[in-house]
Amino acid sequence: MIEVRFHGRGGQGVVIASEVLAEAAFRMGFEVASFPFFGVERRGAPVTAFARFDTKPIRNKSSIYEPDYIVVLDNSLLKGVDILEGLKPEGKVLINYPEDRPLVGLPDRFRYFVIDATGIAVKHGIGSRTTPIVNTAIMGGFAKVCDAVSIDAVQAGIREHAPVKEEENAAAAREAYERTKEVKA
Amino acid sequence: MRKVMTGNYASAWGARLSRAEVIAAYPITPQTSIVEKLADWVSTGEMKANFIPVESEHSAMAACIAAQAAGARTYTATSSHGLTLMHEVLMWASGARLPIVMTNVSRAMAPPWSVWVDHMDSVAQRDTGWMEFFCQSNQEVLDTIIMAYKVCESKGVMLPAMVIEDAFILSHTSEPVDLPDPAIVDDFLPSYAPELKLEVGKPMGFGSLVRPDQYMEFRYKAMLGMKDAHDRFLRVEQEFKQVFGREHGGLLERYRCDDAEFVLVAAGSVAATAKDAVDALRAKGFPVGLARIRSFRPFPHEEFKALGAKVAGLGVLDRSYTFGAAGAMYTEVKASVYSSSKRPVMKNYIAGLGGRDITPKILERIFEDLMLVTKRPEGNEVEWVEVAGLPRRWR
Amino acid sequence: MTKGYEELPITPVSDTPSTVNLTGNWRVIRPVVDKEKCKRCTICWKFCPDGAIILVDGVPEVDLKFCKGCGICAFECPAKCIVMVKEGLE
Repeated sequence: MIEVRFHGRGGQGVVIASEVLAEAAFRMGFEVASFPFFGVERRGAPVTAFARFDTKPIRNKSSIYEPDYIVVLDNSLLKGVDILEGLKPEGKVLINYPEDRPLVGLPDRFRYFVIDATGIAVKHGIGSRTTPIVNTAIMGGFAKVCDAVSIDAVQAGIREHAPVKEEENAAAAREAYERTKEVKA
Repeated sequence: MRKVMTGNYASAWGARLSRAEVIAAYPITPQTSIVEKLADWVSTGEMKANFIPVESEHSAMAACIAAQAAGARTYTATSSHGLTLMHEVLMWASGARLPIVMTNVSRAMAPPWSVWVDHMDSVAQRDTGWMEFFCQSNQEVLDTIIMAYKVCESKGVMLPAMVIEDAFILSHTSEPVDLPDPAIVDDFLPSYAPELKLEVGKPMGFGSLVRPDQYMEFRYKAMLGMKDAHDRFLRVEQEFKQVFGREHGGLLERYRCDDAEFVLVAAGSVAATAKDAVDALRAKGFPVGLARIRSFRPFPHEEFKALGAKVAGLGVLDRSYTFGAAGAMYTEVKASVYSSSKRPVMKNYIAGLGGRDITPKILERIFEDLMLVTKRPEGNEVEWVEVAGLPRRWR
Repeated sequence: MTKGYEELPITPVSDTPSTVNLTGNWRVIRPVVDKEKCKRCTICWKFCPDGAIILVDGVPEVDLKFCKGCGICAFECPAKCIVMVKEGLE
């Protein structure tokens, strides 16, 4: 079983990111479950979402406490929220972050991957310049970081969930997939 | 065809595939997306139904009662304070023998204000004459709505049913759900055809005054309806299995109970998580099992009577608290087990109130506690799990 | 005559209308109308809670099968042409 936790802010499409992952894994033949952290948030407040996928039916209906992967859609959360809480020792972290800037302030015992999902979203015209929607780009990056899920499946998941601009969103994911790279903390 | 969907969408699909003709509902977190989806389908014509936006849950049930009495198959959905607001009309629906099917997204009662899961709202309706089916997966939600209509509308039953989804854990969690072919559902579930209904050409009064010399006979008949529902449900589920290829365990789903010495009883999504705990403990050699109350009404009395005679220790997890001698489900299980040929030691665990998460580890702790119960019969019969300030550790 | 539970319908139903219930039997006082004084304002007809007043040429006639003797017609009549008399007196 693989467990993933997503961090972002309300309005950034964190929950949809988790649903895209569920759809992608489902199309690859996995059993899946995805859910938001159930709260009464508003736009801008930190939001958490989760996804599980497994080869066997998933019976565990409790929350995810020790994820294998963490996906951060908004790097401003690195300061306020403990985004690494519970991450498994061999866990991987994917962060929406400029690829040429060094990552600081994170413990070096985990593996980190970065992609400028914001820049890619702006480039493909997803969302607005001031509020780009980064969730599809970051999911493309996830396909790079997680071997179990392919970029084709992620793109299919995106086409299923994108309310508009399906092709732009799928293209953003593909570009993110190509550019996502591992960095040292 | 399998699709990934939330429990709420599974409910909406259940109502749609069952061809509900009148839907009267009022929004409340976390049920809202059920009625939004149904309203959407009705507005585009994908679903042929009359959607009545009402001003409260009480009105929603009143509208369903009237429409059902006029011969329509009706559906509604609610949660928590919406359900309890309907309480007096729930009593009417069952006394009027109207086979309404409703989804209740089981959510804690306020104060304290909570939007998260527990079973207080559902359990508090156990006296209303409604059937109550607790689901552990989104697939079960969809399937049970279809089965419920068939059970409810059968001549010997004619009682309403609520299909219960755990708030957020099922309602807002996306899981793969197989959507049956509508044509096959139509074959399985024919249209609603009651013997008695409101008809302009044949005017009658329904629910008339009955004096003390005749009231008991009507209640006795309602009791027979609920009793019939027990066997009818099992038959309908077997038929469902033949047609659609799956079933969900009857009225009391037993998981690894055959050779278990210690069984935990639970309802709703926590029972699914508990199966993982059972497997983990079995791998270490512990003889444990899980019995899931799928049907709280009709109550699986005979099933518990039989189970009680076979185990050394029987624990019941109540995800509600009803201020009685012990938890509501525990008390009813114990009453059934009282007539078992051999009685186990029993213990009640009050857990998961107000959305408190029940993890596989906590469930393993509960099982470990249960396995000591035969050695410590003088211990607490009712144990509250994970109350800050109490010394016991569960996580 | 109490019926056995098997003889009863699933829920109490009634196919007799409430007009079989002759509530005139409940009455201890009865309205008497002075048709000369009546102004044909129709207020008594409107206010009767049982619909037991019918208007014949604009003038009230009391349906004594149903009139319960509540006295509202006499109370509301602006012309004061209705008096309530004890049943049994003529």
